[in-house]
Amino acid sequence: MDQLTTIGLNHYLTISALLLGFGLFAVMTRKNAIVVLMGVELILNAANINFLAFSKFNGGMQGVMFALFVIVIAAAEAAIALAIIINIYKIFKSVDVSSIDSLKE
Amino acid sequence: MSNSTYTVIFYLFAALTVGSAAFVVLTRNVIYSAFSLLFTFFGVAALYVFLSADFLAVTQVVVYVGGILVLLLFGVMFTNSIMIPGQKSEVSNLFFGALLLLGVTGGMLYTFSASPGWKISGKTLQGSIVELVGFETMSHYALPFEMVSILLLAALIGAAFLARFDNKGNS
Repeated sequence: MDQLTTIGLNHYLTISALLLGFGLFAVMTRKNAIVVLMGVELILNAANINFLAFSKFNGGMQGVMFALFVIVIAAAEAAIALAIIINIYKIFKSVDVSSIDSLKE
Repeated sequence: MSNSTYTVIFYLFAALTVGSAAFVVLTRNVIYSAFSLLFTFFGVAALYVFLSADFLAVTQVVVYVGGILVLLLFGVMFTNSIMIPGQKSEVSNLFFGALLLLGVTGGMLYTFSASPGWKISGKTLQGSIVELVGFETMSHYALPFEMVSILLLAALIGAAFLARFDNKGNS
């Protein structure tokens, strides 16, 4: 009971593991490219929670700075990915990732 | 704030984060996914406050909710004919996806519970970290800071170039 009521490192790691699992599930199962992108965002958020949790309980600033850079990279990644998806939609009239197979014989 | 209030609020935000993340991946409607992601991002920002990273929490709200989520909604509305009611996005590999979800999450939770506790440092982060972030950015992390700003500039110019309206009329 004491373990449940005192918020420690394992609580944050549990939330992060769940977010990572849901993100992987979205990337694996969904056919809509935008929902796949949402899964990637969930995975990045899970990684950020881990960085900040370890940084807090270690007392250093390394995790905080790394999480800040992860947010910037996520913004760049979302912009590029959306631009690519809009181009795919212009060409194929669909964002279904399993129907974009014109390189296949 | 007493310890039990702190615990209750933590569990509230944890449940909000995990529940809305589950709704993002389980609902078939893309618009519902996008709006549920809003609650996930807010819940994660609240968890950042619990981790005494207040600057990161504000950045999360500004960048994720104000930037990335709006971009995703633009993407949804550009590429889906949302005016057709009852349109669902398709799902494949459901079995292997569920296997991956259960395997990864269960394996990690088992590792946490089976491993002996973490060695917590005597001095954890306390209070506001805004000042510390400023010092670190301008001292140890000056080079990564400049590099990431150039990367962001290049990525945004590239995105604008890729997604621009083609005025030759053949799009």
